[in-house]
Amino acid sequence: MAFDMPTERWSGKLNTVTIGAGTRTSTVTVGGAATLPFLRFEAEMPSAPAVAMEVLDEPLDDLPASLAEQLGDVVSDPAAWAKKCVESFGADLICLRFVGANPEGKDKSPEDCKAVLQSVLQAVGVPLIIWGCGNYEKDNNLIPVLSQAAAGERCVLGSAVQDNYKTIAACSLADGHLVIGEAPLDIQIQKQVNILLTDMGVSPDNIIMYQTTGGLGYGVEYAYSIMERTRLAALSGDKMMSMPMLAVVGSECWKTKEARLPESVAPEWGDAAVRGPLWEATTANLFLHGGTDILVMWHPQAVAQVKKTVAELSGEGA
Amino acid sequence: MIVIGERLNGMFKDVGKAIVEGDPAVIRDLAQRQLDAGANVLDVNVGPTAEDAVGAMKWLVETIREVTEAPLAIDSTKFDVVRAGVERAGPTSMINSTPGDEARLDRYMPLAAEFGCDIIALTIDEKGIPRDANGRMEIAMRIVEKAMLNGVDLERIYIDPVIIPCNVPDAGHHPGEVLETIRQVKLISDPPPKTTLGLSNVSQGTSERHLINRTYLVMCLAAGLDSAIVDPLDTELMNAVTTAELLMNQSVYCDDFLRAHRR
Repeated sequence: MAFDMPTERWSGKLNTVTIGAGTRTSTVTVGGAATLPFLRFEAEMPSAPAVAMEVLDEPLDDLPASLAEQLGDVVSDPAAWAKKCVESFGADLICLRFVGANPEGKDKSPEDCKAVLQSVLQAVGVPLIIWGCGNYEKDNNLIPVLSQAAAGERCVLGSAVQDNYKTIAACSLADGHLVIGEAPLDIQIQKQVNILLTDMGVSPDNIIMYQTTGGLGYGVEYAYSIMERTRLAALSGDKMMSMPMLAVVGSECWKTKEARLPESVAPEWGDAAVRGPLWEATTANLFLHGGTDILVMWHPQAVAQVKKTVAELSGEGA
Repeated sequence: MIVIGERLNGMFKDVGKAIVEGDPAVIRDLAQRQLDAGANVLDVNVGPTAEDAVGAMKWLVETIREVTEAPLAIDSTKFDVVRAGVERAGPTSMINSTPGDEARLDRYMPLAAEFGCDIIALTIDEKGIPRDANGRMEIAMRIVEKAMLNGVDLERIYIDPVIIPCNVPDAGHHPGEVLETIRQVKLISDPPPKTTLGLSNVSQGTSERHLINRTYLVMCLAAGLDSAIVDPLDTELMNAVTTAELLMNQSVYCDDFLRAHRR
């Protein structure tokens, strides 16, 4: 007897968002799904989730050994780091984060940061996510300079939060970029941020949602349930929850002791060179099932594993 | 809630006049304003003024189609008028409505099947409006049976339990019986038919029409009503619907939940 797969009919679907324009040699399109993640037998999921690899404007002081081994000395040169991520590791996007601009750290000037951005824009052709340092006051001075330097490239600017969204929204409108709307694992605040951004004139098609996620073992279950609830709201027709989602996986995972500790310190946890990337890949896989559209990642082996999973779930070989 | 906007009805003076004068601007404007206010479906009724009801329906549907492809509920008691409207409105349209007696179900269900459109069926038959929920359910079951016999998907059936004005003497029990019917319709079949209600009838001839309308609508939503024929330009009513949906956990709360809904 033939088996009829039971299917659900949804009234809504995700916005389709294309990142990259201008001098970018490739673009990334995410969203558009009319069902839960990868349930293609039920409804369309026209775009596969994309992987952004994170590049920092300042090298980390304490890079774990397995990451240092893979990335080598490019970590002191953001342009070379980005190039390696694209050419050797297959990154679909580069997420350039200006940690060095933080006043509590190196407090780099917007002009210095702009030079870094320009070098990365020249080094790679993939679309960029440009993320400030997280200090509201500094970001409000920094983001306009970076936004203008990348005008017309249709980058993603990060990030707008409930208490600080006006400058970044204005930059997105002025220079043709998308905006990350960020919320602290709170679906209600996420919706409110989206409304505030659209109040400023940002089109819903130019917003990507980001809930501050943690790594495996640090509240991922809650993050997953937030993602799932968000997707269900979108599929039920909530236009203010229908934006694609982004998750920061790499930097969160590599904060955890489980990913970082060398085998010499925690022999019962096994080979750190396997454990670290696995920690990141497992977190990313979970978020794929939660409905994440863009994963921001660090370790090339984790990236490769996730890309393989995406291909398999998309029915492209096994 | 699936909002069926009631304003494109020749019973309203502005629409009646526009039909008689063939003025498309009024029609297009009302179509667009209702959609902007949250209507999912636009009810289209030529009203009593048109001499050539079929011609008026064709003109109305074509005029609306110039501005929107939104689903239209073709509203008439005359079969030919309904057919003419559905033909022009396309497969996203809705028949509004058929009574629940054998003879008319046998005419209208095949029409719904032919065009693959939704259909509103009233729990009213040759004996009139039943006194209670049991009588309404008898007719609802006949409607479902006729739908199945004619191959009309049950999710395309909208059962309207027919509310009568709350100020009719000795009819004060009807609002409660309609609520009970809304609950029981969901038990008829799996998947169950949908429910809808021509809401404004409940307040006909009363002094506080808007208040009665929105209070009763919220009660019906709590009982499981899927859809209603309402005036979407009644902001307080639409806000009550949005709030009811929020309280039933059908939408995500945020501080600007009313504005969010209107986006």
